[in-house]
Amino acid sequence: MSKILIRGAKVLGGEAQDVLIDGETVAAVGTDLDATGATVIEAEGQILLPGLVDLHTHLREPGREDSETVLTGTQAAASGGYTAVFAMANTFPVADTAGVVEQVYRLGKEHGYCDVQPIGAVTVGLEGKKLAELGAMHDSAAGVTVFSDDGKCVDDAVIMRRALEYVKAFGGVVAQHAQEPRLTEGAQMNEGIVSAELGLGGWPAVAEESIIARDVLLAEHVGSRVHICHLSTAGSVEIVRWAKSRGIDVTAEVTPHHLLLTDEMVRTYNPVYKVNPPLRTERDVMALREALADGTIDIVATDHAPHPHEDKDCEWAAAAMGMVGLETALSVVQQTMVETGLLDWAGVADRMSVAPARIGQAKGHGRPVSAGEPANLTLVDPAYRGAVDPAGFASRSRNTPYEGRELPGRITHTFLRGRATVVDGKLA
Amino acid sequence: MMRHLISAADLTRDEAVLILDTAEEMARVADRPIKKLPTLRGRTICNLFFEDSTRTRISFEAAEKRLSADVINFAAKGSSVSKGESLKDTAQTLEAMGVDAVVIRHSASGAPYRLATSGWIDAPVINAGDGTHQHPTQALLDAFTMRRRLVGRDAGLGQDLAGKRITLVGDVLHSRVARSNVDLLHTLGAEVTLVAPPTLVPVGVETWPCEVSYDLDNVLPKSDAVMMLRVQRERMNAAFFPTEREYSRRYGLDGERMAKMPEHAIVMHPGPMVRGMEITAEVADSDRCTVVEQVTNGVSIRMAVLYLLLGGNEAAAAHPSPTTTLERGATRRPSATEESK
Repeated sequence: MSKILIRGAKVLGGEAQDVLIDGETVAAVGTDLDATGATVIEAEGQILLPGLVDLHTHLREPGREDSETVLTGTQAAASGGYTAVFAMANTFPVADTAGVVEQVYRLGKEHGYCDVQPIGAVTVGLEGKKLAELGAMHDSAAGVTVFSDDGKCVDDAVIMRRALEYVKAFGGVVAQHAQEPRLTEGAQMNEGIVSAELGLGGWPAVAEESIIARDVLLAEHVGSRVHICHLSTAGSVEIVRWAKSRGIDVTAEVTPHHLLLTDEMVRTYNPVYKVNPPLRTERDVMALREALADGTIDIVATDHAPHPHEDKDCEWAAAAMGMVGLETALSVVQQTMVETGLLDWAGVADRMSVAPARIGQAKGHGRPVSAGEPANLTLVDPAYRGAVDPAGFASRSRNTPYEGRELPGRITHTFLRGRATVVDGKLA
Repeated sequence: MMRHLISAADLTRDEAVLILDTAEEMARVADRPIKKLPTLRGRTICNLFFEDSTRTRISFEAAEKRLSADVINFAAKGSSVSKGESLKDTAQTLEAMGVDAVVIRHSASGAPYRLATSGWIDAPVINAGDGTHQHPTQALLDAFTMRRRLVGRDAGLGQDLAGKRITLVGDVLHSRVARSNVDLLHTLGAEVTLVAPPTLVPVGVETWPCEVSYDLDNVLPKSDAVMMLRVQRERMNAAFFPTEREYSRRYGLDGERMAKMPEHAIVMHPGPMVRGMEITAEVADSDRCTVVEQVTNGVSIRMAVLYLLLGGNEAAAAHPSPTTTLERGATRRPSATEESK
């Protein structure tokens, strides 16, 4: 088996240390480790993190291979420092049976860039009416533990209750896309000052907050675990904070773009900024950052949503919702959380690896960087500064809101069970 | 003059007054035996209508023809052209055909802005109404009508609407006319009040340069002009207000209410009117109601806008421009929207 010695990296942003990888595991962590027989990576000034874990990725395969495939999506993930991604269920066909989730799982294994853990649909066809075969998906080779109708809200309170109860049998979690459908009919952007001026249909904060409030109460009532996808408003933060203080088993995620961008960007009418939930206000952004720092929001998840060029190169109302995010996530977190002093690198490791792995039960991921652990690791150069160039993306789609924007940090190496998937910033 | 006309908010006070003054000149053409100027001869203008609007399209077409432009009417209704790419594809087709200006009506807010700023097309873009966003030529013709009635036809030249109190009543939430009017009337110095049930006022209205009231009777005595907005039938089934009758009782304009307005005050409506609900026949047919004048003025305003955007006086060098006033339109400068990109 091959040996790799990472020399002088700051493990979780702490003291510089050497990390020796032997085969699939971390063999030793210390100073002045013996480099005999090992490939040496000089990593002075770089940060070593456990491989990132994304609890919310859209890989589009099966069905929309024109926008992304499991191969290109996992290559994008590796480029962004990820060693595991959870693939959302809104594919064509929908991942609502053991057959579909096993296919996605198998493709991830075959390509070998990143572990792919499929998320199963909560309801058949994401239609919100009839529970999908949650147990069969869990029992399949894919071992599904996270269920979500993401893209759509499980808005029927009874169906949501049943799903929360049902997955208790095998320790699953329901990840809710919190969007009250009636309050968001025709919604195009955050409802507020900018939407009033632009004449675009408003997506009010209360449409998210009312569902979160309902779902944490449901989770409390039936004693289940609920996860809130892409939380986007200051009010949602308050509800989750209250629920946690009450002992309710709720976790929540925020996307990088909701930590950085506001609805002011929509004034350009450029659909690259069209996303669901929509970009909110400066006040919301600040509340989300604070909540991620204090742990009210548990994790950062990308909601990586690739779309082909033609679905964005049109008028706002006709454009698809979503942005790619895997390859820029860590840079955005560095800018918004680390460089603002809100979170240190150990905190980043927790929010982007340890906690998402725990919530999704991704085995072997989000582990400490210490001897005997699986060598799922990411090496970051935090001093790097550069403008985002989508032409260099591994993702098949280029719908990034950051084109031309300078962001800090760069993934130099990613290791999946000891094998380098990214070397010197390039796919291996 | 600006290159495109996308939003009434992009116009400065002087630009707006120039358009109104130019429109006064254009209005004189209508009094001639041959209602035609050679100004835009040899220029091709496309009326690109993705949404039905007979009134606005005919108004633009009349304006274009009075300026001797060649006119292409393109009606791309819902099913005949799929959404999305079609706007870009259509724009590029028109560009390839050498169209000199595009007048666009679209159901999507921001579509004209995208057309003007995405590099799909070079020609000037005139917004003839986009979604619930803007309808700048409507606001201009409304301001023109107000200036004529409240300041005076000739006395109005060079003047704005400083100190005039204008009330807009009805479905502000879904109204591009309301947005355009608030922007333009504020620029022209008027004091604007919106009156509507709270369900038809957008969240975020507090930043607009106007007052908001839910009580029409209170506002009427302080209004120099009252503009009734159209209430679409589908709003009645979407719980924006309980019943048509209740809306009418609280926000409709009848003779009794009109009597509360100052004697000089006028009643306006962008049309088409829902008689009996928004406005009674008694009010609609009174000489204080300017609906028909607004239609006439629409042609003059659109002639002025096309003339100024297309630098008509340059092209028509062999044909002296109607008045010296218009020569001010010769200087082009980028619009506010372009500068902000």
